[in-house]
Amino acid sequence: MMTYDQTYDVIVVGAGHAGCEAALAAARMGCRTMLLTINLDAIALMSCNPSIGGLAKGHLVKEIDALGGEMAKNIDATGIQFRILNTKKGPAVRASRAQADKQLYRLRMKRVLEQQNNLDLKQGEVTALYLEDGELRGVDLKSGIRFLSRTVVVTTGTFMRGLIHIGLNNYPGGRAGDQPSIGLSDHMRALGFQVGRLKTGTPARLDARSIDFTKLETQFGDDPPQPFSFSTDRIIMQQVPCHIAYTNPHSHDIIRSGLDRSPLYSGIIEGIGPRYCPSIEDKVVRFPDKDRHQTFIEPEGLDTVEVYPSGMSTSLPIDIQIAFYRSIVGLERVEIMRPAYAIEYDYVDPIQLHSSLETKVLKNLFHAGQINGTSGYEEAAGQGLVAGINAALRVQGRESLVLGRSEAYIGVMIDDLVTLGTKEPYRMFTSRAEYRLLLREDNADLRLREIGYQLGLVDEQEFARFSEKRSKIAVELERIAATRLQLSEHEREVLARLGIADIQKGTTLEHLLKRSDICYDDLAELGHVPRETSAVICEQVEIQTKYRGYIDRQLEQVEQAKKLESTIIPADLDYVSVKSLTTEVREKLSKYRPDTLGQASRIPGVTPAAISILSISLKSSSWKGNDEQCIQ
Amino acid sequence: MYIRDTIAAVSTPPGNGGIGIIRVSGDQAAAVGNAVFKPVYDGGLVSHRFSFGTITDPVTGVAVDEAMAVYMRAPRSYTREDILELHCHGGWLVVEKVLALVLSCGIRLADPGEFTRRAFLNGRIDLIQAEAVMDIISSKSESALQLAQTQREGVLSKRIEDVRGYLIRALALVEAYIDFPDDDLGETDVESIRASVGEAQRIITGLLSTFEEGRVMRDGISVLIVGKPNAGKSSLLNRLLNENRAIVTHIPGTTRDIIEETVTFEGLAVRLLDTAGIRHTDDLVEQEGISRALAKIPQADLILAVFDASREFGQEDQLIYDALTGHRTIAVLNKTDLPRQLVLPDEGRFLAQTGIVALTGDGVDQLKQVVCKQFLRSTASDSREFVALSRARHRDALVSAQQNLQQFSSGLRDRNLELLALDLRSALQAVGSVVGQTATDEVLDHIFSSFCIGK
Repeated sequence: MMTYDQTYDVIVVGAGHAGCEAALAAARMGCRTMLLTINLDAIALMSCNPSIGGLAKGHLVKEIDALGGEMAKNIDATGIQFRILNTKKGPAVRASRAQADKQLYRLRMKRVLEQQNNLDLKQGEVTALYLEDGELRGVDLKSGIRFLSRTVVVTTGTFMRGLIHIGLNNYPGGRAGDQPSIGLSDHMRALGFQVGRLKTGTPARLDARSIDFTKLETQFGDDPPQPFSFSTDRIIMQQVPCHIAYTNPHSHDIIRSGLDRSPLYSGIIEGIGPRYCPSIEDKVVRFPDKDRHQTFIEPEGLDTVEVYPSGMSTSLPIDIQIAFYRSIVGLERVEIMRPAYAIEYDYVDPIQLHSSLETKVLKNLFHAGQINGTSGYEEAAGQGLVAGINAALRVQGRESLVLGRSEAYIGVMIDDLVTLGTKEPYRMFTSRAEYRLLLREDNADLRLREIGYQLGLVDEQEFARFSEKRSKIAVELERIAATRLQLSEHEREVLARLGIADIQKGTTLEHLLKRSDICYDDLAELGHVPRETSAVICEQVEIQTKYRGYIDRQLEQVEQAKKLESTIIPADLDYVSVKSLTTEVREKLSKYRPDTLGQASRIPGVTPAAISILSISLKSSSWKGNDEQCIQ
Repeated sequence: MYIRDTIAAVSTPPGNGGIGIIRVSGDQAAAVGNAVFKPVYDGGLVSHRFSFGTITDPVTGVAVDEAMAVYMRAPRSYTREDILELHCHGGWLVVEKVLALVLSCGIRLADPGEFTRRAFLNGRIDLIQAEAVMDIISSKSESALQLAQTQREGVLSKRIEDVRGYLIRALALVEAYIDFPDDDLGETDVESIRASVGEAQRIITGLLSTFEEGRVMRDGISVLIVGKPNAGKSSLLNRLLNENRAIVTHIPGTTRDIIEETVTFEGLAVRLLDTAGIRHTDDLVEQEGISRALAKIPQADLILAVFDASREFGQEDQLIYDALTGHRTIAVLNKTDLPRQLVLPDEGRFLAQTGIVALTGDGVDQLKQVVCKQFLRSTASDSREFVALSRARHRDALVSAQQNLQQFSSGLRDRNLELLALDLRSALQAVGSVVGQTATDEVLDHIFSSFCIGK
């Protein structure tokens, strides 16, 4: 084994959506960083759907951007359709989504990495971590080279012992067309990691030339397209539509006829798949009464005929795939360019992680992305960013970054993972966030920009722009609270036109804006908005005013939970010594080893009584001597 | 472990009873048993088996009492610690002697509620159960005991779980439409959501309606006796007490201060307050008594207005009428053995009317029943089925959940889904706090401070 002659601060293993963010963050924070990948031509490749965002995922992307990550900028530069979802619902559950030009997305990310100072890009397969006296020192590659590093971030995606299934045929692979990573997961198991197996799948890629789009519904993006990044002014890419098609009872018969050759139903696949993203055979079996299933036919790029039929992933044999896709109206003559497949891969139970994403088993080792049992590019990127940041902070001897559940979806996700672990691929939903009204896309910068700036990931120019926005919002909020209606002739005229009669002289604009039948534009109509106020400021002021009551309610809840969240449980606490706990609870706590009382309270089966006992026990450092005090 | 020492206490009610139980909890329980208890049959103490024998002073060898002893090894015991129970004869003297003997083995006397506290801390019982046990400790009457036991059986917990089930169901429906806008889910199933929330509201309303009854059973009620001088208030009090507590004379104005006594009517604890007769007077002391009586009126759960049925409705009766307006009152017509002269104006203002002869006690039992009927609607129902909410904390939580659900229902048509979800979540959280799901330190502090007050 040859040892490379320089030592890195951070080595990132894997250059998917997690690895790219991790490497960029570490390098931008000034660390000597290396990004290792099995295939340099597959950096930031969208292995599944060619899109970014969606409910809760859009939120994650905006947070990544606010913290100084790259994903939002990358999709803004390469997106070919942008839509805001849930526009008819409230601001907290509105989310951005975009179709990407898959190749452009990958190439732009590679270019950004290549242009980054402090960052080396290398191709190679890591087979083992290199330890000295039980401490992490670097990584060993299949090619016989050893790279030394102070910290390592592992982001292996679906590559560890990846096994691809098409019908009853299966073969090792990290993704269609790429070799798997063999050896690393066995090595990690030997180090004491709990390695499990998950499954995911992807639909076939179809040839657009063989599809009759006149028979499909067309879905255009928003005009003008709204960017993800707080730093992007406007989208300049050409925009294209998606199309909507439906399966029918005949399609379902075809699927049923192939179930005997399904690796899923014949028990060949052991890994657990995502319930929220079932294969088409799963949908047909579990919802037999549904006579049609919807699919969005998404373009994979501007320069390709490949299209992606969303929601139609399958591991059925190829003959069934052909027959089934062709049973869909408009796809009668469709040609499959790449078959659909399922993939099984190894993951490491995330309850073995701290909230910083550092492993509890091995110091200076961080995990991010699918290795932690998540699914989705955005989930991966969010973790990658945090892992990269924390690896860099470790190198710099600074305290790690832990985002709270009330601060960011990223915080909710990581807390869920490290507290509860996961048995199926974990996806973000807005309903996972108890403080959903606080965690909006529109205020991601207000929540996190400052943190990104402190870390050195948000540059001066970006931060100045943000600071200006923030102060303008504050000024405008103050102004509408202080400005009162005089009920001038003009005001009365406008109010009458709006059908509003019950307004008294002296009512503040703030009060007026709280009404459900008044919006910010009406204030402008009344002549009460300075002309230079930008749309972003108007939006913020309107949301913050209209939802003040709800927002305050949530802030109150955050405050109440703070005590539990901030009570640290010592890492070396011996739960066996806490005899008052039931055996069941003691076993759970010993297994999960929560960092805080808040985390402990979220572990299923840990009763309120147990939390009380723990709380008491943590308060009295020595129970023996404090009996009287405790009992009083 | 949090609590290491061994404790002992008499766990049967004070006074003379059929048997008296001395309970010992902690590591020393078995040692204490071996020291003071000599079983008739050899073999010593076997866990969860009663054995018969004598309690003997280990120093002098003198037998104190015949007794049954049972040893329960941890964790299969009430406190999840080793427990020894000595069931001896219930005479007060014997029980005290045995306790002294047990304590002489080097263990200490338990604090009030300490067994239950240990049971809670050791995870043997949950919050509701612990609070209910505390109610038993401090319960003032049989009804309170029954209520506490019902609660301890976890009946309330079950109803709360039902509510949570409905709310979780409704919330899941709402969340689906938020998180999956592109997923062809069809129209929002408003009716299912409404139905689930309706069921939850129905149960909560039912539970809330039992709160007042629960409070009454736990804390008892206060009953104020008012009337003009010499209407027979003090005689009535004595009849209700079965003793000569108040001084009865024929001189009006004898009762100048408020006399307070606690009795039990059909298992309901009743605090009786006898007051000065209400009339115009120049006597300063008596005036003070009257104004105190009047001040008590708004605080009482029930007022017994005593009228002399043998006299006509007079100016003094009118004074009482004025003072009672708007308060829950039963008209008690005394001296019904004499020819009736009294005509009560506006009889509809009274909850009920009943006649007595305070001097002989005629009609007093019936009066007791009338009083109870005002508070215990379900006395006839099977008490084991009776679910009542008796703690203010539970009531507050359910009231808050109810408000959230009302807000939810009123906004179901026009409010944003995520705001509706927030209402449901808040309701769920409030309901969860009843079963201790969000039990915070403050709740704990509250419980433990309550334990020390008890008994």
